[in-house]
Amino acid sequence: MSDVAERVKKIVIEHLGVDADKVVDDANFIEDLGADSLDTVELVMAFEEEFGVEIPDDAAETIVTVGDAIRFLKKATAA
Amino acid sequence: MTQPESLTPAQITPGFLTGKRGLVMGVANNRSIAWGIAKALHSAGAELAFTYQGESLEKRVRPLAKELDALLVGHCDVTDTATLDAIFETLEKTWGTIDFIVHCIAFSDKDQLTGRYVDTTAENFSNTLLISCYSFTAVAQRAEKLMPDGGAMLTLTYYGAEKWMPHYNVMGVAKAALEASVLYLAADLGEKNIRINAISAGPIKTLAASGIGDFRYILKWNEYNAPLRRTVTIEEVGESAAFLVSPLARGITGEILHVDAGYHVVGMKNPLAPDIGVVGKE
Repeated sequence: MSDVAERVKKIVIEHLGVDADKVVDDANFIEDLGADSLDTVELVMAFEEEFGVEIPDDAAETIVTVGDAIRFLKKATAA
Repeated sequence: MTQPESLTPAQITPGFLTGKRGLVMGVANNRSIAWGIAKALHSAGAELAFTYQGESLEKRVRPLAKELDALLVGHCDVTDTATLDAIFETLEKTWGTIDFIVHCIAFSDKDQLTGRYVDTTAENFSNTLLISCYSFTAVAQRAEKLMPDGGAMLTLTYYGAEKWMPHYNVMGVAKAALEASVLYLAADLGEKNIRINAISAGPIKTLAASGIGDFRYILKWNEYNAPLRRTVTIEEVGESAAFLVSPLARGITGEILHVDAGYHVVGMKNPLAPDIGVVGKE
């Protein structure tokens, strides 16, 4: 597991208070992990803080699963 | 640029709000300006009560209330008069009187906080003004009765009430009306020694701000161009708020205090500030 994936999953587990084994790549924040709409905004803010990147609103809207977040942040931190 | 840390309790005049009790409305999470204010009030010795709107905010506010030993009064939707009445009934039963109210409530349709003001709908205009402006007056009506020996009421505004800001749109109009209502409430309630003030906070990345278009650009612009060359923190706004509701500010009412690193004095871009583009479109 890459460092980015680990850090993303750690944030998701802590923020949503879910079991680590549920936080898999294709887990949907809202449907599978019980996030509400405020959680999704808070998660994006937490990702931005952790990785020191900016996630524009239109990109944030495409991040609906754990894997989406990992892919976006890998790309953003590689640049 | 690194942000200054909040003052330690020892740096704040110890206990300048000891024995004071008040209601803080509008805490959403630990990034909320209302939370920064609550922490500062608590550090100064005040006893606090919180409201929340709906279940999703309740689960966020409950642990925060616990952290400050605050009373969790209950659900309050400012568009629902019955819930407002219930909050003040509970406060009266529990505390009898209160010393201050902090109002940090605003709302508008996110789709209209981007693009042009001219496209605002009548429905969203009314709703935005009702929640973001009238609610302070509705709260003041009820709080007045619990302040027989005087008190202080504080609300939050933004420079977008005074000057055009990109995407702030109908919220700027609502904040202008809110600032005007501060003046009128101050005049009405002054004879009862109830002081009404507002803090015009510089932009801070909160949950509410995430609804405003190009917010990161606005933050960066402020950081480069404000006299203090930075943005402000919820702790800084909080400490100024604690001052305004305290006896230290007993001669101040009807005031709009800018806690914005001085941005409100700026007339144009600092020539030495870097040129920046909108994030994501650079």
